[in-house]
Amino acid sequence: MKLVLSPEQRELRAAVRSFLASAAPLPAVRAAFDSADGYDRDVYARLNGELGLSGLIIPEEYGGAGAGHADLAVALEETGAALLPGPFLATVLATIALTRAPDKDLLTGIAEGRITATYLLDGALTGGPGGQGELLLDGVAEQVINGLDADVILAGTEHGLVAVNATASGVAREALTTFDLTRRQARVTFERASARVIPGPVEGIRDLFAVALAAEQLGVLRAALDAIVAYAKVRVAFGRYIGSYQGVKHKLADMHGKLEQAESIVRYAAWAADESPAELPEAAALAQAYVGRACFEVARDHLLLHGGIGFTWEHDAHLFYKRAKADEVLLGPPRTHRVRLADLLEL
Amino acid sequence: MNLDDYRRTARAWLAENAGTDDPREFMAKLYDAGYSGITWPEQWGGQGLTQEEERAFAAEARHYSLPLYIFSIGLGMTGPTLVDRGSDEQRARFVRPLLRGEEVWCQLFSEPGAGSDVASLQTRAVRDGDDWIVNGQKVWTSVAQHADWGLLLARTNVDVPKHRGLTMFVVNMRDPGVTVRPLKDMTGRAFFNEIFFDDVRVPDAHRVGEADDGWSVAVTTLLHERLSISAGVGMSGQKDDPTSLEALRRRVDAADPYVRDQLVELHIRSRALALFNQRLSQETRAGIFPGARGSAAKLLLAELTMFKADLATSLAGPGALVGDDPLAHALALAPAMALGGGTNEIMRNIVGDRVLNLPPEPRVDKTVPFKDLKVGTQA
Repeated sequence: MKLVLSPEQRELRAAVRSFLASAAPLPAVRAAFDSADGYDRDVYARLNGELGLSGLIIPEEYGGAGAGHADLAVALEETGAALLPGPFLATVLATIALTRAPDKDLLTGIAEGRITATYLLDGALTGGPGGQGELLLDGVAEQVINGLDADVILAGTEHGLVAVNATASGVAREALTTFDLTRRQARVTFERASARVIPGPVEGIRDLFAVALAAEQLGVLRAALDAIVAYAKVRVAFGRYIGSYQGVKHKLADMHGKLEQAESIVRYAAWAADESPAELPEAAALAQAYVGRACFEVARDHLLLHGGIGFTWEHDAHLFYKRAKADEVLLGPPRTHRVRLADLLEL
Repeated sequence: MNLDDYRRTARAWLAENAGTDDPREFMAKLYDAGYSGITWPEQWGGQGLTQEEERAFAAEARHYSLPLYIFSIGLGMTGPTLVDRGSDEQRARFVRPLLRGEEVWCQLFSEPGAGSDVASLQTRAVRDGDDWIVNGQKVWTSVAQHADWGLLLARTNVDVPKHRGLTMFVVNMRDPGVTVRPLKDMTGRAFFNEIFFDDVRVPDAHRVGEADDGWSVAVTTLLHERLSISAGVGMSGQKDDPTSLEALRRRVDAADPYVRDQLVELHIRSRALALFNQRLSQETRAGIFPGARGSAAKLLLAELTMFKADLATSLAGPGALVGDDPLAHALALAPAMALGGGTNEIMRNIVGDRVLNLPPEPRVDKTVPFKDLKVGTQA
């Protein structure tokens, strides 16, 4: 089991961190989510081009870097910490599905940064017979992350993984108002929409989603804690820095304990995703059950410890709070992960 | 000898000798075979080897339950303090008998009025010719009932701030002025003792370090204490933990959805901390010193221990609290983890100050002469 980053992973982290610090600091994040697109396409072009992040886990034969889930976790932690708006995670989830059921055109397009994709996390679609290797999809997906940003929508169906061109006829997309300003969603309706079947296994991919999401949550948690620790060192009340009060200091110490445990679980789960498939289901459920909760609790307490300013729209605290809750429920109500864990433990 | 040979030889020696039950007899054998004081200087009776050999021997010894408990304070804390800070006469006199198990040591720092804030202790040592006269009380002293010698921190100057008026001594625990009383704790057992000093005469030759410089010596001892705890010296295994998931699933009805979810919570918290500890040890092996982050792990262990014992007794119901049920004992023992070796509040201060680098709390006790300072419990 490997719980410590390799020198290469530390380099990757430093590269992504310094890029996002200069290209997508929080004021830019706000400008991005207020824009029509909801994110900055130039940032994505550089993220995928200069840093090659969209191709990180794509096999080299399709133009990617062929990296593993432990490396992906390093990148997602940074995009999470930056609250990067836009379809990065959505495309990652679609890519994870495609690494199990490879499709040359899609993988190559994603690796090159030409194609943005998403994956249907909910919704029951029915597939009627279409042409060769094709289904005609019917149904509604109520909440598709970055559904309006995606060129391609992937879904797991009883016939396996399918890909739908987001602008194809029979696909209707409607923007939703989201609590989390940094990640948009859409309601997508399919009416005899042509979908291409991509052969390959789809089972187990939700475990990999759980690990990827936990890495993002770890980043959100860390950034929220860093923000309030920094504030506690400069904000004065009653003649003292607030960080010197045990009422604040002790809460921050407890938040640090959550960070340490969350990071340990994310490293473990990412290692299991790469190296130990037998351990993955339990590690993935553990990751969502622990890190999802810890991330929200830390984001909540970081907001509260800011005092009144934390309740204002102009302050960034609510952005972390909202992302943390949206992430906690992204793969379903948190109890589903706990029930899964109980099942796996044969309780 | 290369490390593999060392490990093999140690394994063979342990297989042959680990069955010795008498602690002093076992220590003598251990010393004569060269496995006591592996990293300690040869000049004073150690083996002068490296951490590598020590770790190799510890890894082999982990398969046995060695009768080392009564020597744990000497080997882990007072011995290393004497090696670091004692005079050559003290090292020559005390280190070899300690390593050979001929003499047992205890440590005398905490007092009823000075726990977390140990530097506010009130036991006095007053100079009298070539001797010092000691009066006062110590508490939480492990193995004192077996001890020949104690490392004593006492106040020698009340006119200076509290940290600057302490001196460290070696005190003879067999002196008639020393009374050792078992301290019955809330489990009903006596793991610790309280010690009373009535006009105990200590020769100045048994002073460790300079007069009034005892705090810096104590810091050395406490550093060794943390290292020996993190190295697992004297720590018992978790094999028979009655509050573990494995034990509880045999005892409670997990078909009840509430019980089931509580057991999941127990699993989540246990795994979270176990993985954090594994990560810390992997980092240490990779050359990243965990420093004060170990205090976060200790805090989390204390909270987990309380949570598990509380949960287990609640799930098991009234039957857990009669007879000699192991859950009742676990619940009574649980607070020890949150109090010993630094309370949870002290751990949070350490994490806040040294990991997060938060501003320190303003203090009044660093500049005021001890005699003008509020200490202990006062109305």
